[in-house]
Amino acid sequence: MKGSAPDRTGSSAWRRLLRQLVLVFALPVVLVAVWWVTSAGSQDVYWPPLRTIVEAFWEVWTAERWTGDVLPSVLRLAAGVALAAVVGVALGTVIGSYRRVRAVCEPVLEFLRAVPPPVLVPVIMLFAGIGDTMKIVVIASGCVWPILLNTVEGVRAVDSVMSETARSYGITGVARLRRLVLPSASPQIFAGLRQALSIGIILMVISEMFAASNGLGFTIVQFQRSFAIPDMWTGILLLGLLGFALSVLFRLAERRVLAWYHGLRDATRGSS
Amino acid sequence: MLDVRGLRKVYEGSGRRTEAVRDLTFTVEAGELVCLVGPSGCGKTTLLKCMSGLLAPTSGEVTLGGRKVDGPPPGMAFVFQEYGRSLFPWMRVGANVELPLKQKKGLGAARRKELVADALESVGLADAAGAYPWQLSGGMQQRVAIARALAYEPDVLLMDEPFAAVDAQTRADLEDLVRRLWQERSMTVLFVTHDIDEAVYLGERVIVLSKSPTVVQEQLKVDLPRERDQLTTRVTPRFAELRTHVYEQIQAAKRGAVAAPGAGEEAEVAKAVGTAGGVPVDVRKDMPPLR
Repeated sequence: MKGSAPDRTGSSAWRRLLRQLVLVFALPVVLVAVWWVTSAGSQDVYWPPLRTIVEAFWEVWTAERWTGDVLPSVLRLAAGVALAAVVGVALGTVIGSYRRVRAVCEPVLEFLRAVPPPVLVPVIMLFAGIGDTMKIVVIASGCVWPILLNTVEGVRAVDSVMSETARSYGITGVARLRRLVLPSASPQIFAGLRQALSIGIILMVISEMFAASNGLGFTIVQFQRSFAIPDMWTGILLLGLLGFALSVLFRLAERRVLAWYHGLRDATRGSS
Repeated sequence: MLDVRGLRKVYEGSGRRTEAVRDLTFTVEAGELVCLVGPSGCGKTTLLKCMSGLLAPTSGEVTLGGRKVDGPPPGMAFVFQEYGRSLFPWMRVGANVELPLKQKKGLGAARRKELVADALESVGLADAAGAYPWQLSGGMQQRVAIARALAYEPDVLLMDEPFAAVDAQTRADLEDLVRRLWQERSMTVLFVTHDIDEAVYLGERVIVLSKSPTVVQEQLKVDLPRERDQLTTRVTPRFAELRTHVYEQIQAAKRGAVAAPGAGEEAEVAKAVGTAGGVPVDVRKDMPPLR
């Protein structure tokens, strides 16, 4: 996709961005300030002052830890979500396209979706061992559901007139999938991906609590077991920051890919 | 060129049978501009979808250039009423127009580009190729849909109430656009509308449909000059006569009767209809000479 936002919004774009930044950061700043003040004199071992946590942060998260723990975690998360996206979109497209397939699959899907992925960890370990494969499969097994179900809904909701247009111009098969079905379902698919991302972070941590030798989840549990409480808190903070950063990145990507969708929505809102 | 023979379409669903089209037979000659007009809900869209191969008829058949239509034929382009739902909002205007061409074999990228530029030029949107459809007004969007059909280089252009959702002024411009394109490109155009004035103004021939279940109520040759103009054509006595006649036919179609165009002929028709053994006989009168 080339070009950026349409010209008519160009002049006020910066001011809007600035206002958005203020809105985004106002509450976090307040919350951090409250935490800082209320925890300032704390003698509680489990509830150290934020000041102590922040000081520990720079000592704990050295370059070595970033490459040795953070990076492997993030890579597993990326691989897991990517796997879930491929499987979820592919299966969702098939299920959404054929009513019969949907009727056959729906009860099974509902059952599988109801099983919480963390309880699958021991089972997956039996098949996939205790290495990275297990962790990626655990992450994917939880992330696939929102993607799958949203894709099914998106594919089902392809507009009938667009569908007839495509047919009347001989746009069928792969071309129909690429030019009509997937773009049309993309807003829904992205909604699913967004949910998958937050589920993925949770499962990333959980999968690393079992039979792991590195990663964020592993490190945080290690700190907790060795009563390095401020260090444990820094890990939790880092997880929060990671989640925040990923969601910002995701939103940027979504803005780009779904620029047409947001434009269309604004346009229809403006005229009605 | 385009033949409809004994077309019948019955919808069946949830225990209800709806006969939308009963028995339609008519022909559109090559290079003709024919308008189909009928009371609202008379199965016009059903007919058009059967003709374009989007819908399978219950019985009867449609042939295009002697070949039976059993799926969307390559020589046919369809312009839908709902322009907003017919263009793909994730593609720019140029890509929308080009997309059907990519499905045609033997069209190189250069040729495709040429066709797209030419088609957009023809509808007066040469500058809009880079815009998204939703950035354009309704009338412009329908122009894009027409350009997409033109670039496809169809033998037959089917238009399903294409201007029903645009404002009156835009509508007049678009009507003239269709007349001009038809003349320039020597296409066969079948234009469905519920607007009597539009049908008479645009068509070389008007086919009046009955109410659903649909049959052909009447066929009428429009003997207006080839060059038409929104101002002068619409005020000619002949235009008024033709539209009055079509209007009467439509009213008759709504009542489910054969039209009685003039007061003097009414008695005659009434006699002719009569009854045969208590069963009303359907007498189809030819178009009487107009005054």
